[in-house]
Amino acid sequence: MKLRTYMTPFWSRYILGTVCMLGAIILDLMSPVITRRVIDDVIVGGQMQLLMGLLMGLLGIGFGRAVMGYVKEFTFDWIGTTATNRMRRDVFDHVQTLSVNFFYRHNTGELMTRMKDDVDKVCVAIGFIGMLAVEATVHTVMVVACMLRLSPTLTLVPLCLLPIIGFLAVRMERRLGKVYEEISDETAALNTVAEENLTGVRTVKAFAREEFEMNKFRKRNRRFLNLNMEQARMAATYQPLISFMGKLLLLAVVVAGGLMVINGRMTLGALGAFSEYANNIIWPMEIVGWLSNDLASAMASWKKIKKIMAEEPAIREPEAPVRLEEVEGRLTFDHVSLELEGQPVLEDISFELQPGKTLGIMGMTGSGKSMLVNLAQRFYDPTRGSVLLDGVDLRKLPLSQLRSSMAVVFQDVFLFSDTVSQNVRLGQKDRMDRETVEWALKQADAYGFVSGLAAQTETLIGERGVGLSGGQKQRISIARAMAKRTPVLILDDSTSALDMETERQIQQDLKKTEGMAKIIIGHRISAVRDADEILILKDGRVAERGTHRELLAQRGEYYRTWRVQYGEEEGQCR
Amino acid sequence: MPVNSVRQDELSREVSKKETLVRLYRYLFRYKKDLWVVAFLMAVTVSISLISPLFIERAVDVHVAKGDWRRLLLLGAVALAAYVIFMAGTRARTILMARITNQVLLNIREELYAHIQTLSFHFFDSHPTGKILARIIGDVNSLKELLTDSVTQLAPEFITVAGVAVIMVVKNPLLALAALITLPILAAGMFFIMTVSHRRWQVYRKKNSNLNAFIHEDMSGIRVVQSFAAEEETREDFYQLSGQVRDSFVYAVRLADCFGPLVDITWGLGGFLLYFIGIKVVGVDKVGVGTFLAFSTYLGMFWNPIRNLASFYNKLVTNLSAAERIFDILDTPAEIVNRENAGSLPEIRGRVRFEDVTFAYTDEPDRNVLEHVSFTVKPGQTIALVGPTGAGKTTIVNLISRFYDVKAGNIFIDDYEIRDVTMKSLRQQMGIMTQDNFLFTGTIRENICYGKPDATEEEMLAAARAVNAHDFIIKLEKGYDTEISERGAQLSVGQKQLLAFARTMISDPRILILDEATSNIDTHTELLVQEGIRHLLENRTSFVVAHRLSTIRNADRIFVIDGKGILEDGNHQELMERRGAYYELYQSQFGS
Repeated sequence: MKLRTYMTPFWSRYILGTVCMLGAIILDLMSPVITRRVIDDVIVGGQMQLLMGLLMGLLGIGFGRAVMGYVKEFTFDWIGTTATNRMRRDVFDHVQTLSVNFFYRHNTGELMTRMKDDVDKVCVAIGFIGMLAVEATVHTVMVVACMLRLSPTLTLVPLCLLPIIGFLAVRMERRLGKVYEEISDETAALNTVAEENLTGVRTVKAFAREEFEMNKFRKRNRRFLNLNMEQARMAATYQPLISFMGKLLLLAVVVAGGLMVINGRMTLGALGAFSEYANNIIWPMEIVGWLSNDLASAMASWKKIKKIMAEEPAIREPEAPVRLEEVEGRLTFDHVSLELEGQPVLEDISFELQPGKTLGIMGMTGSGKSMLVNLAQRFYDPTRGSVLLDGVDLRKLPLSQLRSSMAVVFQDVFLFSDTVSQNVRLGQKDRMDRETVEWALKQADAYGFVSGLAAQTETLIGERGVGLSGGQKQRISIARAMAKRTPVLILDDSTSALDMETERQIQQDLKKTEGMAKIIIGHRISAVRDADEILILKDGRVAERGTHRELLAQRGEYYRTWRVQYGEEEGQCR
Repeated sequence: MPVNSVRQDELSREVSKKETLVRLYRYLFRYKKDLWVVAFLMAVTVSISLISPLFIERAVDVHVAKGDWRRLLLLGAVALAAYVIFMAGTRARTILMARITNQVLLNIREELYAHIQTLSFHFFDSHPTGKILARIIGDVNSLKELLTDSVTQLAPEFITVAGVAVIMVVKNPLLALAALITLPILAAGMFFIMTVSHRRWQVYRKKNSNLNAFIHEDMSGIRVVQSFAAEEETREDFYQLSGQVRDSFVYAVRLADCFGPLVDITWGLGGFLLYFIGIKVVGVDKVGVGTFLAFSTYLGMFWNPIRNLASFYNKLVTNLSAAERIFDILDTPAEIVNRENAGSLPEIRGRVRFEDVTFAYTDEPDRNVLEHVSFTVKPGQTIALVGPTGAGKTTIVNLISRFYDVKAGNIFIDDYEIRDVTMKSLRQQMGIMTQDNFLFTGTIRENICYGKPDATEEEMLAAARAVNAHDFIIKLEKGYDTEISERGAQLSVGQKQLLAFARTMISDPRILILDEATSNIDTHTELLVQEGIRHLLENRTSFVVAHRLSTIRNADRIFVIDGKGILEDGNHQELMERRGAYYELYQSQFGS
């Protein structure tokens, strides 16, 4: 990924901006010429007939400068923000393709900083800073050219000093770059701390730990200040030095030129003109320091963005994907084992789920149940063995086909702050009709309460479904999965947050859905008892398997759970 | 509930710009002493800048013209010394000013953050996290340049402009009038641009905030997005929001970029008028050539700083909306606050009494969620709350912890009305397990100790053991030092719940509230947890919003919540005999 990618498309605009800039500079230089003629020719010389022409010229310069200046500024602003938009889209698109691993390593707060703050900073460089840099360079080159014409010898002075200034600017950029990288990371950290605090606000308040949270933030905020001060100190070392060099340049020209005049190697008039030019070089030098500072900031952010863009998704689209004509929904786990960071998570899991059948999975907390869902949707690839859909290895299927042929109801419900119906439509927003939405809501036993909301299915729900109870959120998330009418439906312990009656209702509706293969992961016997096969997982292995009846007869873990839940207690529960 | 979705623009209150500005500068003026030093340093550096042309002039016109190279070199040395002072002065000024502005930003950010901590759930319910974040981080940061420039640019430029204007008026009032007559045009133009572009910048900020919220939400829910293969859709939404940010920016700068040109035009017009009036109306002989010459120089000296002032003004208008957004939050009143004379709640026994409690959410004040609810719970009793979703179980426990205030009636703990005591002292004696088992990034140890910061290692271990979290924790590679990441990578929902249990356990509360907290653990683990909880429940009042009858049956009392109140109240035995709502609930689960 090259920064150039975001600049070259705008080459015509850059040219337009630069031309206007040159125009404005030229007009700027012309203004004193006209003023002098007004004074010399009209006032002193008395050529009154020239006055109106010259004055109109003065007015014209004002207007011309205004127009050129406007076009220049607007063009570079336009380039900057348009490039920002493109870059942000690219970063976003890339991040969305990344895998679970990446998101474990990067907090939301950090990603927000990269996509907003860092992209903004880089693009300021592409637009505004670019403009100033070009302006300063053009100006300097023009001035030096004029100087060369006047006196090549004396031009040696600026030619000696300018490289030193350049060197200082580069050095400053380098050193500041490091600080800016830290600042960027600290911004991310600040964002993360605040983000976490806001997301966990209920917990914070429940434990009355506002004070503690304040201190945590204060510490970060303080570090942020210190880094910013470090940046200020460094900038304050170089910037005045560079502007000092600019002033020194003028002084050196005058002193050296003065000596030349005294020695008779130059005329006084030439020196006057020369020093006027040198005077014109001071302002570009003033902003050089300033530019290096912003450039350092932009480059530091650019590094961070490049790092994210260089992340490779662990799960990749196959190079030559095999697209299934129609997905029936036969899901097969063939001796699947999974290790994560060297730790075995699942070992030798095999099952086959036929279309329309139901598989129940139970197991202890942390026994790897949810990992099965991850494997089925190819959020991970198995370490050994293979997962197949309709007999084709998942690694050969296009990811979008694979994922849109299964719908998952997650353990922890995540709803988007959008309308109920848009939440249900997720994944098929452009093509799902109203009837399907309502059908799905009814299936999930959510239609009743949704109808009672202010704008029914068009009611906006808050972030993560704030304003709805846990059970209501869960029902919408069930509807979201049902609405896709996918060949495979996976319910990851998703009915346990519901009250008993609703759970029962939903389970009964689920039974009625024909032709859907279902995986139901749960802790309650009632959720899985009607499954065609039930697996009991323990420490990543299948400990027991069979139908409800068979498992009861085995008198193992399943039987014990059943006894506890159905209360035929003999001191177990009480 | 007036939720604010990602796509909706936030509402903005109309506040006068002056008021916002004054308020902003008040933060700056807290550092008056430092500002004086900055002013002094600025006076030194600016005067050196101003006299340095004189050095050059004298060098060329006097020394070089006379061929006096000794004096020339001497003058060079003096100028060099002045430049060194200039350099040192600028450096000191920059650092000091940076310290002031960074400190001001720190203060504003802290104040904002502290204020947000006091806000009630209602605020968080109606503001997406990403939008609040945009204010804490982005909006505050954008004030930086504005604050620095207010001091280092505004004052010197203003002084220059005023000084030149005075000189012009003194030298020749009539010519001065001619030169400056265009100023009102400039002022009017600037006022117009400001008014309109301020509104446009407000829109830009809002669009920015929307985008921030969208990124936040999408990144938090990335699993769901990917699972539903909804990347294409979210991309479209993102493109749209990002495009809106761009468009609103372009829309704003289209006008804001007029500031500079406006100055150029009035400048040109001013020059035109100066010479026209001076020559045609007044007459050259009356004015004098010298004055014309001087005025032509003054004109440049006058308009250049005006151009800078205009660009500062532009920045001001751009960033004022950021300040408005910050103050908007600071002005949001905290709904649930300690009463003025609220005392600390002494150690309680744990009696809870509802006295004719009626409750409605703030934004739907006419729709009561609870009506005339009264009950008394003796210390140590366990209450199970059951009933259909959305019937108000969670509301009741939220009222006890005073996350919301009642609309009518009173809630007493022991004999204290909960609004008469401080929230901190109230909540510290309660253990509240909210619906989301939110864990913070940090080690498992830190998370457990969140409930009691000064807990000893033994206490922590005891708490973890009591809820049977210990076994799975020590199986983790780093045990209690395992880092938990935002997305809780290594832990299952059940395990997270166990940690949340331990966290509540360690705080040793007098009143325990479990909200739908027993639903995500496998039966085996839950048995162990129940054992631990039973241990914990001894001599503790507890309210459990539960769904499993095995849990409910052990409760001393069961409240069946429906129809805005308590429908049935009694223990399992009694309620079964009554053959009412509870009986039906029971049958529906175990009937077959």
